Amino acid sequence: MNSQKCESSILSPAADGVPVRLMNKLAILSDAAKYDASCASSGASRRDSLDGRGVGSTEGMGICHSYAPDGRCISLLKVLLTNFCTFDCLYCVNRVSSNVPRARFEVDELVNLVLAFYKRNYIEGLFLSSGIIQDPDYTMEQIVEVARRLREVHDFRGYIHLKTIPEATPELLASAGRYADRLSINVELARSSSLDSLAPQKEAGGIRRAMAGIRSRLDESRERSHSGRAAPQFAASGQSTQMIVGADDASDGELLDCSESLYNGYHLKRVYYSAFSPIPDASAALPLAPPDLNREHRLYQADWLMRFYGFAVDEIVAGGENGMLDPALDPKLAWALKHRERFPVDVNQAERELLLRVPGLGTRGVERIIASRRLHRLSLADLGRLCGSVARMRPFVVTRDWRPTSLLDNSGLRAQLMQGSAQMSLFD
Amino acid sequence: MNHQQQSQRLHKVQLARPDDFDGWRRLARQHLAAGSVPESIIWEFGGGTADLFGEQVAPASPAAASNPQRTGQVPVVPRRFLELARCVACHRTPDRFALLYRVLWRASHGEPGLLDLPSDPDMHRLHRLGKCVARERHKMHAFVRFRQTPEVEPEHFSAWFEPEHHTLRLSSDFFVRRFANMHWSIVTPDESAHWNGQSLQFGPGGHRNKGAAPEAMEQLWKTYFANIFNPARLKLDAMRSEMPVKYWKNLPEAPLIAELVHNAGARSQAMVDSLPSEPPRFASRATAARATRHPTPSESIEHGRKSRISDERSESD
Repeated sequence: MNSQKCESSILSPAADGVPVRLMNKLAILSDAAKYDASCASSGASRRDSLDGRGVGSTEGMGICHSYAPDGRCISLLKVLLTNFCTFDCLYCVNRVSSNVPRARFEVDELVNLVLAFYKRNYIEGLFLSSGIIQDPDYTMEQIVEVARRLREVHDFRGYIHLKTIPEATPELLASAGRYADRLSINVELARSSSLDSLAPQKEAGGIRRAMAGIRSRLDESRERSHSGRAAPQFAASGQSTQMIVGADDASDGELLDCSESLYNGYHLKRVYYSAFSPIPDASAALPLAPPDLNREHRLYQADWLMRFYGFAVDEIVAGGENGMLDPALDPKLAWALKHRERFPVDVNQAERELLLRVPGLGTRGVERIIASRRLHRLSLADLGRLCGSVARMRPFVVTRDWRPTSLLDNSGLRAQLMQGSAQMSLFD
Repeated sequence: MNHQQQSQRLHKVQLARPDDFDGWRRLARQHLAAGSVPESIIWEFGGGTADLFGEQVAPASPAAASNPQRTGQVPVVPRRFLELARCVACHRTPDRFALLYRVLWRASHGEPGLLDLPSDPDMHRLHRLGKCVARERHKMHAFVRFRQTPEVEPEHFSAWFEPEHHTLRLSSDFFVRRFANMHWSIVTPDESAHWNGQSLQFGPGGHRNKGAAPEAMEQLWKTYFANIFNPARLKLDAMRSEMPVKYWKNLPEAPLIAELVHNAGARSQAMVDSLPSEPPRFASRATAARATRHPTPSESIEHGRKSRISDERSESD
């Protein structure tokens, strides 16, 4: 049997008073949770502990309390309640057919761990997920019970994100939303045929129905009754989901189409993209290769363009070839290079929508330009002070004292910009 | 003393602390009203050394202070600017108060739109300084690590932190709101903050207590840190840019980083190289048990799936 070790060997032997059993459980159940990308703790309703008994506050902006060497933010204690699971999703480290070591937290054990970590300012709160044990309702009840005890017994006012199980009854989803700031259900795969073959116990329709259920409760919670009373609290920071990238053949276009329909249909706060990563004791049916972090990065950039820059999915995808984004360039630059006739843009004249299309210019920079140009005509140096750097936008903008000459017609522009961005990343 | 003299001679202005924004604001109003040009003011804070040429400021007369319009034009300052200035006052750059005053002076002497003009070099610098301080405050909220003081009732927690700027007072409200029912202290080299569940007190700075034994809970936190890391996705630059090395010496988890990084390549290669194994013995039992309780989708749902998926599509359009 191919047993896998968690990363505990590098820790010094347990010091006095360290509960070894708990330490081993934590090692297993955090190792099992690392494939969920989300660690966000933002967007919750503002609250603090000044009028309470317990600890905790949320102030809108999330806080990353640490960073792992994988560059990911550690904001929440992200663990599974148990990694025993009756499902056999091939991409998942916890699938029933995997030989990873198994463990399960007692409810109070986990509640106390959250509070102890929180009081030391290690975390913003809890992101709790679980393998499916016994049946979906039983599992969901256990998850909700952890959140209930934190809120009701300990008056915990930090952040709680609960992974919901789509097969659980709607009543359980409702009580999950009462205690949680965020709910999420992972769609995992954009193609439902892939879900059928890789995750036989999951069902695309059920996932979508559960998301629709959460959406309608979110909508209700924002309405006031005819008497003007506010509806009960329900997951104020909304719902999110995650898609695995590279476990099947779905193209970037398919993934982004799926995201667009999720954002529109269920008003998701975020779609997370997680490059399929080799897992201990992996299934032979899946590609065993290092995760394609660059592809994941381009998808996040594209997702941003879709949500904040007014780009349609087909425009973004047209920047690349055959439904895949250009791996070498950020998708906005790739789009601009294929639409050179739209440039240069005069930063002293252009409308917001057009400014948002300039490579290297972010939403904040655009707002600053619009505020400043009311007072005086902007020069290239002004632009640098407003936006940090003009290196990437130079070929695409006109200012009081700058007009790109033949740069835009230059067939070597792509190579030039690629080299430029490689050099910049050296000095980042 | 006539206006001309007041504006020309050197004024030494003493602030109570290095981050004394309220004191600066009060004195800046007085000097603006008195018409003191920016070059004539030497801003000092905390102890202050005697300056050969400076002269202790003659506080503006109560009349001048209450009626600043009499001698100079005190501009109406937007709230946004006050928030920015409050942050800039906490920066360690020596000329922060002089820069703030110069901007106010310019805004009230012929450049009324200045405070809203981020492309101006002085304003640009203020924004950069303010951003540094806001970032440091945020990082302080993130990286302060409390340890429980052993054998003290009620529970008491303390932390040692070395902020790059004077952000202790700026950030302590956050800790009060979050840990209102805990007793805690945050000690920095310059100053310390103490909350007893009722009120916030500031005291002298302190030293790092190197001899303090780590608590058991730190071992659990390190266990979490080591195991939430995915060795197949090493991104050191991303980690360092968000968690700069200067903070590491006070983070209990940071000593693990070197070895986690060192082993990452071998661990992820081992995952790629390992051959698939036989499922554990309980797998078939668990799957069978599930099948009796819940029909699998392939058995019961397949026939209804197509129509349902097309329903979902139209719902999301």
